Amino acid sequence: MLLQINEPTSRSNKNDVAIGIDLGTTNSVVAVVKNGQSLVLRDEQGSGLIPSVVAYGDDGSIVVGNEARHELLSNPQIVVSSIKRLMGRGISDIKSLVGTLPFELGIAADGGMVRLKVSGKTLTPVEVSADILLAIKARAENALGSVKSAVITVPAYFDDAARNATKDAAKLAGIKVLRLINEPTAAALAYGLDNHVEGLYAIYDFGGGTFDISLLHMERGVFQVRATGGDVALGGDDLDHSIAEVFLSERTKLFGNETITSTEAKQVLSIGRMAKECLSINSCGDWVIKINDKSSRHYLDLKTFESLITNIVERTISICRGVIIDAGISVKEIKGVVLVGGCTRVPLIRRRVSEFFECNPLVDINPDEVVAVGAAMQAYALTAGSSTLLLDVTPLSLGIETMGGIVERVIPRNTPIPVAMAQEFTTYQNNQDSMLIHVVQGEREMVEQCRSLASFVLSGIPQMVAGRARICVTFVVDADGLLTVSAKEKITGIEQEVSVKPSYGLTEDEMTRMLRDSLEHAREDIKVRLFAEAKVEAIRSLLAVRAALVADGDLLSIDEKSQIHNALESVESAIRDGVIEILQTTVATLEDKTKIFAIRRINRGIHKRFD
Amino acid sequence: MNDLYKLNSDVSCCWSCKGPVIKHALFCPTCDVIQPPSDIDHFVRLGICRCYVLDLSELDRQYFHFQRLLHPDKFVCHTSKEQILSQAQVTVLNEAYETLKNPLKRAYYLLRLSGCVDIDLITKTTNSDLLMEIMEIHELLNDADTVDEIKVIEDQINAKMILCETSLEKAFVKENLDIAVELTTRLKYFKKLFEESSSRKIYITGINI
Ligand SMILES: [Zn+2]
Repeated sequence: MLLQINEPTSRSNKNDVAIGIDLGTTNSVVAVVKNGQSLVLRDEQGSGLIPSVVAYGDDGSIVVGNEARHELLSNPQIVVSSIKRLMGRGISDIKSLVGTLPFELGIAADGGMVRLKVSGKTLTPVEVSADILLAIKARAENALGSVKSAVITVPAYFDDAARNATKDAAKLAGIKVLRLINEPTAAALAYGLDNHVEGLYAIYDFGGGTFDISLLHMERGVFQVRATGGDVALGGDDLDHSIAEVFLSERTKLFGNETITSTEAKQVLSIGRMAKECLSINSCGDWVIKINDKSSRHYLDLKTFESLITNIVERTISICRGVIIDAGISVKEIKGVVLVGGCTRVPLIRRRVSEFFECNPLVDINPDEVVAVGAAMQAYALTAGSSTLLLDVTPLSLGIETMGGIVERVIPRNTPIPVAMAQEFTTYQNNQDSMLIHVVQGEREMVEQCRSLASFVLSGIPQMVAGRARICVTFVVDADGLLTVSAKEKITGIEQEVSVKPSYGLTEDEMTRMLRDSLEHAREDIKVRLFAEAKVEAIRSLLAVRAALVADGDLLSIDEKSQIHNALESVESAIRDGVIEILQTTVATLEDKTKIFAIRRINRGIHKRFD
Repeated sequence: MNDLYKLNSDVSCCWSCKGPVIKHALFCPTCDVIQPPSDIDHFVRLGICRCYVLDLSELDRQYFHFQRLLHPDKFVCHTSKEQILSQAQVTVLNEAYETLKNPLKRAYYLLRLSGCVDIDLITKTTNSDLLMEIMEIHELLNDADTVDEIKVIEDQINAKMILCETSLEKAFVKENLDIAVELTTRLKYFKKLFEESSSRKIYITGINI
């Protein structure tokens, strides 16, 4: 019997489209690559922006986007905006923001992520983000049919807690995250692939809530991040704040001191945002604020606006300068600067960036959409295959606490990922039988100035004199920038591995509950996902056995061959039928039928070398 | 089954199709599936010759070549086992690249390959001439008040480092380890000075990052 060799089975499912999502502080954007062209998905009015705003109705309704943003003026108490600022944050992180945030905070579980209270519900930032992602997914499915997976962007300066929170939100929304990529890197991809930009470039990304500066080297399809820096608490929202504060103090002069509710604060902030957008195009304007039936009119011209925000803009420039010095390069070596984020339309920002980088910034691609376009390109590259190579780095140093609250760095910032590094520590007391491993992220020397990610105790260290134990702590950062830490006592081999669940993230239990509670489609999704995983594994087995038959088919009798052949066919038909239990059974049968074959092949492999 | 192929250290057995795989191969010749990283030195891993002075653009080229084959982005649609192996491969590849790219780390590494142990300890200097040299530059840095002044000092440090690197190449070629250790020590201290000058620049321009 001749062996039938089938066409190799493709590993990716061509029908499933992978999208790129820019999950922004103020607005989100979704894009896709179709027939080699990148495409931003738009609403009927032609807008690609989905405001990252969610309105929670008393009747349980959830509205996302423009409609929710309209509610900000009429019904602000049910609206949540700028939620990205709270991703992965604990209550102690945002103390300085309390009072300026446009929503009421709930009580968080001890050390857990903050909660918000809206319309009688208590929500985590992860759930609110999941609601935004569901709306994004709906827009994409409306245009493209079924969408299962995505590349989601995060600020380069997002720490481990915020990255994990973003991944959790996607999980809740039933989206498989192919990869988290950094926003500036995505913007560079969009420019590098579409406009064939080459050399060393700076990406100046002033988002709604975060500021990032990245230096990337682009050459022949290789995107290498050289350095990155930024501030997670500095964003376009701060410009709105500056304006709102001036308007409020003008009202105080008119009407005396007013007590303002968080609802009214949201209204004033909205007006601040409108004023900022207006002054990005016009040289002056005036706006009316109506609170407690008292109206006031506020005039603002460009010059006054610029003097209000100059401190914020200079702060971004000084961060740029620091990153450049840190990377050991001079401004002259930078060939160009890419602007990302709607706020980079503010004329003062453009002017200062041009002055500092000594070149005209690149703005060919809409700064609001460029990140989503890059994400879509990467989603396409990951699923359809491409020769593009994206080499990213850790944005912040990772280390552990040592004696006296001093941080010992294990992985310095700007190290290429994935990375694994180990450091040895020892006990400092006689007969110390346990050791606290406290993992922190940040650039400062002292633990309390860095961000605490997690801590765990390595216990069962045998009794030894101080300084004799050899405790090896290993940090692993994967391609998504997520950290895992493990510790091992080398003399005795006691080992403990802890996947660092950041203290401000959600616990596994909380995630399970949310998955169960919230989404009726989750069950269906999980089934689909499990089958997809089983299918990838089955295809791997098919490819392996077929290749083995071609190489060493002569090791088998006709009967053995036909048995293997039948087993292969059953697996193929099970893949087509889509029933997971049958697929698993047929794969197991195939493994069983090829056991003898494998042993013979191994023997032949060894003898080939010895003969 | 596992015991069988441990008999021969040059050949192992593909985890997926069980066919023979030569120890350093990245992919199985039979089924083309990614293999776990093998225990080879950084130069072999990157396919470049073992010497101190490297052609950095060749290093980049080789690094990108292997990244294109092994990067986790290429395995997003594959099994989780292949994803884990890809991450393991690229982790060691990154380590090799970061080590060889950096002149000081490269010197440390070559010393280690030549059998030196406890390199941190043997590169602690008691040489008073070197210490004097360092102290002088250190004081110059402390007295510098402008970025331009610092740049002049940086150029001096740079020249000294380049000198160290050229001499290091000769020392490694002649396998003169004592001199190599001495030069590595110099390089280490100049490197520290250079870092100091960067922080001084940041301090002068008044920024926190
Ligand atoms: Zn194989």
